[in-house]
Amino acid sequence: MIEVEDLTVTFSPGTAIETRALIGVSLDIPEGEFVTVIGSNGAGKSTLLNALTGDVRPDRGRIVIGGTDVTNWSGPRRAGMVARVFQDPMAGTCEGMSIEENLALARARGRRRGLAPALTGGRRGGFREQIARLELGLENRLTDRMGLLSGGQRQAVSLVMAALQPMRILLLDEHTASLDPKTAAFVLELTREIVGDNRLTTLMVTHSMRQALDVGDRTVMLHQGRIVFDVAAEERSRLDVPDLLRMFEEMRGEELAEDGLLLS
Amino acid sequence: MNLVALLGAVELGLLYALVAFGVYLSFRVLSFPDLTVDGSFPLGAAVAATLIVSGASPYLGTLVAMAAGGLAGLATAFLNVRFRILHLLASILTMIALYSINLRIMGRPNVALINEPTVLSPFAGLGLPAMWLNPLILVLVVLAVGGGLVWFLTSEFGLAMRATGANPRMARANGVDTGRMTYVGMALSNGMVALAGALFAQTNGFADVTIGTGTIVVGLAAVIVGEAILRRPLVILAIVGCVAGSVLYRLAIAAALNAEFIGLTASDLNLITAVLVALALILPGVRNPLKAMLARGGAK
Repeated sequence: MIEVEDLTVTFSPGTAIETRALIGVSLDIPEGEFVTVIGSNGAGKSTLLNALTGDVRPDRGRIVIGGTDVTNWSGPRRAGMVARVFQDPMAGTCEGMSIEENLALARARGRRRGLAPALTGGRRGGFREQIARLELGLENRLTDRMGLLSGGQRQAVSLVMAALQPMRILLLDEHTASLDPKTAAFVLELTREIVGDNRLTTLMVTHSMRQALDVGDRTVMLHQGRIVFDVAAEERSRLDVPDLLRMFEEMRGEELAEDGLLLS
Repeated sequence: MNLVALLGAVELGLLYALVAFGVYLSFRVLSFPDLTVDGSFPLGAAVAATLIVSGASPYLGTLVAMAAGGLAGLATAFLNVRFRILHLLASILTMIALYSINLRIMGRPNVALINEPTVLSPFAGLGLPAMWLNPLILVLVVLAVGGGLVWFLTSEFGLAMRATGANPRMARANGVDTGRMTYVGMALSNGMVALAGALFAQTNGFADVTIGTGTIVVGLAAVIVGEAILRRPLVILAIVGCVAGSVLYRLAIAAALNAEFIGLTASDLNLITAVLVALALILPGVRNPLKAMLARGGAK
């Protein structure tokens, strides 16, 4: 379904602040798999997502989605294949527009947009049904401005928006990180439901090791732009947070050892 | 204020409602502070007047004027989207260039349209004096353009344009080509302003290279006054607000100029306008497009 091959991304190449965000990352995700991605700050998690959406152009490597090489496609062109939920609840919706207008905007993702009215009676009915599934009472507030909703409500609506159109891959960028624990749990449960119901191929970046192991089918850890481990199935089910922490520490230790060599 | 002054103010208010539509589209919808309008207003007047004087149909002249305005908008959008020149600066460059272009088009600083046919001439047979006829025709034009704008902004395409201005990152994630939206929006915006310029030339009987000065401020004043009256973020109310704001603004100006005890003359117009807009921006509780714009800087 998704093949990432030897992906390399460098920011500000040839300058003093040159950063190699991804170094030869390869990743194969079969259809319907739910992959969680962990890693410390600057490990390259967001860059990987941005490369998949087309917001970041790789220096080298290939991205194939559903058999189509999209490496040179712009972000908007890929939008028919890729849906995304951002970390910041403000980022994924337009606060000045109503809930139903946001939904209508997402409904046209990857389609031609014409001059026909975006909101018709039939569409409103469909939106009401979709939003009612959230059980937040928002179905009666479809004409309210998005900006009136809480962060958790906005993330929930963002998820519905992402799932309105069929897609090849759903990208979740720490989408529960800026929510309080209770709301985060609610949004995560909702994520499971939506991903499960629609059998979506999903890549979820998370800061929480607990989440990374509990949710999904497979866990990938990035460190300094490289995939340092990739576990699935049984091997993954035997892992626990302390194991992950230990692996993290080990990698840090190696880093220190290398630095030590350099300094001596 | 007598009836002539009153109707004159209403006529100008309706005319500048078209400018307010354009400014609303660039400033509010696209978050693109666009000073091109100071050049595209006289551009519309110059193109229409020159074509009419050289014997073309006034309708053709008006259409070509709108197209010329659209091109001016495209030029600004091109500088911004393609070369990443700050929107404000890109629009100033186009505006400055248009001053020379307008002089070239007219061949002289002004063109008189006395006794020439205009888009209004066919209606002169209705028996109404121009004093009543002009505002009446302009009401119809404003209704048609405003109605079209409401339709456009609530269509799927229009929704994508609004998202482009409000949250470009989200728009792109939903498959909106934000660069293309900027081109289309800027062309439409300046096309409407050029239409206002073309109608200004035909209702006032002249085109002059200096009539564009302060167009942006007048348009912005109308948008802000409209928003202050109708405080709900609905597209249709925003468009109605543009018209109401523009007419009220003209009435206020006319009242100020006609109140002889204040001692203001027509040449004080720009000063009054600037003071009024500054007040509207300073007064608390007034929604302020400039504040957000300046805070965001050139981060587009």
